[in-house]
Amino acid sequence: MTDFRFAVNVLPKPGILDPQGRAVEGSLGHLGVSGVAGVRVGRRVELTVSADAETAARATVDHLAGELLSNPLIESFTVERIG
Amino acid sequence: MTVGELEPQAAPTAATAVPLHRALGLTDDELDAIRDRLGRDPNELELAMFGVMWSEHCSYKSSKPLLKTLPTRGEGVVAGPGETAGVISIGDGLAVAFKIESHNHPSAVEPNQGAAPGVGGILRDIFTMGARPVAVLDARRFGDPAEPRTRHLVDGVVRGVGGYGNCVGVPTVGGELVFDSSYGGNPLVNVMAIGLLEQRFLTRAAAPGPGNLAVLFGSATGRAGIGGASVLASATFADDDPSKRPSVQVGDPFAEKLLIEASLELIERGLVEGLQDLGAAGITCATSETADRAGTGIEIDLEAVPRREPDMEPFEVMVSESQERMLAIVRPERYADVAAVCERWGLPCAVIGRVTADGDVTVREGGRELARIPAAALTSDAIVHHRLAAPPERRRLAPAPGAPVVASDQLPERGMDPGAVLLALLGSPNLASRRAVYEQYDSTVQASTVAGPGRGAAVIRVRGTSKALVAATDANAPVGAVDPWLGAALSVAEATRNVAITGARPLGVTNCLNFGDPTRPEAFWLLSEAVRGLGDACRALGLPVTGGNVSLYNESPLGAILPTPEIGVVGLLDDVATLVGPAFRAEGDAILLVGEAAPGLAGSEYARVAGLAPEDGPPALDLERERALQAFVREAARRRLLASAQDVSGGGFAVALAEAAIWGGRGVHVRLAVVSSPAVDLFGESPSRLVISARPHDVPHLSALAAEHEIPIEVIGTVGGDRLLVDLAGAGATGAAEERGSRVADSIDVPVADLRHAWEQGLPRALGWSQEA
Amino acid sequence: MTRIGVVVFPGSNCDRDTLRGVELAGGEAVELWHEAGSLDGGAGVILPGGFAYGDYLRAGVIARFSPVMRAVAAFAAEGGLVLGICNGFQVLAEAGLVPGALLRNRGLRFLGRDVRIAPERLDTPFTRLIGARRPLRMPIAHGEGCYFADDATLDALERDGQVLFRYVRSDGGSTAETGDPANPNGSLRAIAGVMNDRGNVAGLMPHPERAGEAILGSDDGLPILRSFVEAAAQAERPDGRADLAAAAVR
Repeated sequence: MTDFRFAVNVLPKPGILDPQGRAVEGSLGHLGVSGVAGVRVGRRVELTVSADAETAARATVDHLAGELLSNPLIESFTVERIG
Repeated sequence: MTVGELEPQAAPTAATAVPLHRALGLTDDELDAIRDRLGRDPNELELAMFGVMWSEHCSYKSSKPLLKTLPTRGEGVVAGPGETAGVISIGDGLAVAFKIESHNHPSAVEPNQGAAPGVGGILRDIFTMGARPVAVLDARRFGDPAEPRTRHLVDGVVRGVGGYGNCVGVPTVGGELVFDSSYGGNPLVNVMAIGLLEQRFLTRAAAPGPGNLAVLFGSATGRAGIGGASVLASATFADDDPSKRPSVQVGDPFAEKLLIEASLELIERGLVEGLQDLGAAGITCATSETADRAGTGIEIDLEAVPRREPDMEPFEVMVSESQERMLAIVRPERYADVAAVCERWGLPCAVIGRVTADGDVTVREGGRELARIPAAALTSDAIVHHRLAAPPERRRLAPAPGAPVVASDQLPERGMDPGAVLLALLGSPNLASRRAVYEQYDSTVQASTVAGPGRGAAVIRVRGTSKALVAATDANAPVGAVDPWLGAALSVAEATRNVAITGARPLGVTNCLNFGDPTRPEAFWLLSEAVRGLGDACRALGLPVTGGNVSLYNESPLGAILPTPEIGVVGLLDDVATLVGPAFRAEGDAILLVGEAAPGLAGSEYARVAGLAPEDGPPALDLERERALQAFVREAARRRLLASAQDVSGGGFAVALAEAAIWGGRGVHVRLAVVSSPAVDLFGESPSRLVISARPHDVPHLSALAAEHEIPIEVIGTVGGDRLLVDLAGAGATGAAEERGSRVADSIDVPVADLRHAWEQGLPRALGWSQEA
Repeated sequence: MTRIGVVVFPGSNCDRDTLRGVELAGGEAVELWHEAGSLDGGAGVILPGGFAYGDYLRAGVIARFSPVMRAVAAFAAEGGLVLGICNGFQVLAEAGLVPGALLRNRGLRFLGRDVRIAPERLDTPFTRLIGARRPLRMPIAHGEGCYFADDATLDALERDGQVLFRYVRSDGGSTAETGDPANPNGSLRAIAGVMNDRGNVAGLMPHPERAGEAILGSDDGLPILRSFVEAAAQAERPDGRADLAAAAVR
């Protein structure tokens, strides 16, 4: 068994209301920043999976990400290996 | 443990040359007093324990001699000062537990995370005694609402208090939100909690029975809040010091909710002998206080304390202020049941020691004894300082009752329409509707809120009975700045009056005294005068002070705050069906003014909005008149003679009348005889006055009842229409109008819809929230 | 008397109010602990408001995986009556037992205030006793109550009569999606409550159990709870459940 560390990045799907992202964009003016657009606010979950191989570990993470960490109605996710 | 390890945690800014006891906030004479009590030099762990326990926050070392003068006895008092919260019987085998506490300094450092544990801490004080928390009131004071820093603090504190209270399922039913530039560098966050208990479940925070187990349950212990009590509560602020940030505790309302349920289940099943929450000074405080109250000792083993972080030093475990933890005293044969309850609620639980007969708090790690201190030395026998009090050299006294005074009859701009003044007052940050803030709180969970935030006292029905609890908070800081005795007495008078006008009988008073550095004689004089005023008012009204909290060192580089004696009152309404509200109710009802205006505009909202510095001092308070007024209104409510009752306070008569009209959605037409001057009669805040309404046929009964109580009462008009019309009558009424050559200024004539608009828009506009509203 | 189960998750904070509400509505209320594997003979189940499991990660998501929710899902699949209130609605949506999702309020702030809602139909187990009363006034108290589903789903919900309640103005008039305080959280098409296609599982954000007595300011919530208790009593009778489902689905 080997430990694999992953990060799951969860973001609102394109077209889904993202009032947090809009609030961040709205605050940019106060900071004197311009030329920034398309802000989306999501969440990042890091976790370690023990498995024989990376493919098996990744399958576990994909399952978790789809079932628990994101709501497929409104959110999409990506998985990245970080260690 | 070395000195070098202690300092970075306990006193981030201390140079290495500073002796350890001073880095821990102890003075040289306090170190001598510790040596006296131990008969030897304390070791470093013991010194750290004394450091937190002898902080102002835990020991009341400066305020104790003053607080001893307060009346504490009263009808039905079951637990008073010295216990975790005050408890008063309300009949039917039930009792109410209540207390107010400050969380000022952490809120200034990190408003969101800082304010939240304040709610958790005060709730624990309530359920520790066996009471289910049923209501929270939060009293907050901030600087100028136009300042970006104030807006940041308001937003953070509201989110912090809301995020926590909303989750634990206790409704936020009232409180205050006040702006004054003196709070700019040092906001005040005072939270009052109220709980209901069956009296047979009353549980003390004591550790009786040598051989019983000391059980810690709830969250694991980490480094959170280390130095919070000694550093944060005792040191004056240096501006925006980011090194203070790690000292702020982080609250977990989910854990708190589980803690409430588990604690109440333990109590109701008779599984604990004593229960205390862990707040300031953590395990040190909980063990020493419970042992001292029972006349026992406690021995604990640090290795048994569940930790959140590795490599914690003994002192860190002993003074950690990690939130959501409880100490239970348990008979050995009941421990298995206690552990099962904790497990059911998903709360870690561990036996960390046992009760002893030797009177000492003993700290061991494995076999080694690391500290041994008499429990009393840390608590009841902690050092007491008799601070020097000296009045400021220049100060104005309130006029004695009946003394001649020069009244200020100015309206903000001479000749201005008083209707415009009224609109300005209703829309001003301190008088406008608080809705934009209280809507961010859950005020209706528990399905017992009869009257929530926004319209005077809160009313909470007592399920299973016809009764209701009525609660209010108040602090008159602006008057207190001129006359601290009067400020405190007025605070008591107004908070109790708010309760009494619903028909309820005030039961008791809790207080949170927010003052400055007590080692400054002027600041200590303010505190001692305020305590005298608090005591005098409570004695006059026949009310016990059942506990509270003192928050000193409320100073920043911007200066000291206004002295702020926050008063919390709980009252009992025997039959909730007789509840009297403040809003006008029916067309044709008579409007009556009870009491009479006395001169004095200092400290009023009118003076604040007009930018005046009145030379006439604040209005006087006659405590005997106040007592009679409250007795009158309660009796009138009991006899169902009142359609509505509203007290005259911030903004004076005109604002009280306007609020009753706005809330009732009805116009009024009254004629007011000007006794003093238009400004004083319309906008002055002299106490012991009410605006009431009644069905016309009840008016003679009300007049007779007022005469019995020797209270002035006068019919001034009727409810009706959709405008607020106030005709001014009398010699003083023409001052403004004569200058303008017009009669307009002699009357107020404004549509109620306009009043409502000004009142509703004021706060969001002041805070820059208008777009969201 | 008809037994109605009220689920208690760690962090539920409207469980006691809901138990009391069921009793006011004439039912026998039974607590169902989150680790329970069965529904204890309840003829209907209510998921109450609160912050189940702290609402960490996403409101309602952790609760979805609790043992009691397996039993609730099985009960729903057999046609059993299930109502989710506030956080209970979020749990049902996360579990896929009702369509859609609840997003953060558009104003990004928690909102606790009275709202007005109107039922879309009166022939369901959740609305049958509402009668002519409307709009119904009751409190909301939530940070994540903005109803969301994609356009196709929303169209289908409206077409199939699965929209149960909408937010309305105090005069009963309809409200816009944004910029209208009568729609407190910016819910799409002002939807305050929905039910599944079979008509036996419903969720709503407002709190009927907090509006069960006039002394609390409104008793408009009581008919909703009464409808549920009455429908559950009917479902208890032999073949009652089949009749009910047939009645609810057009």
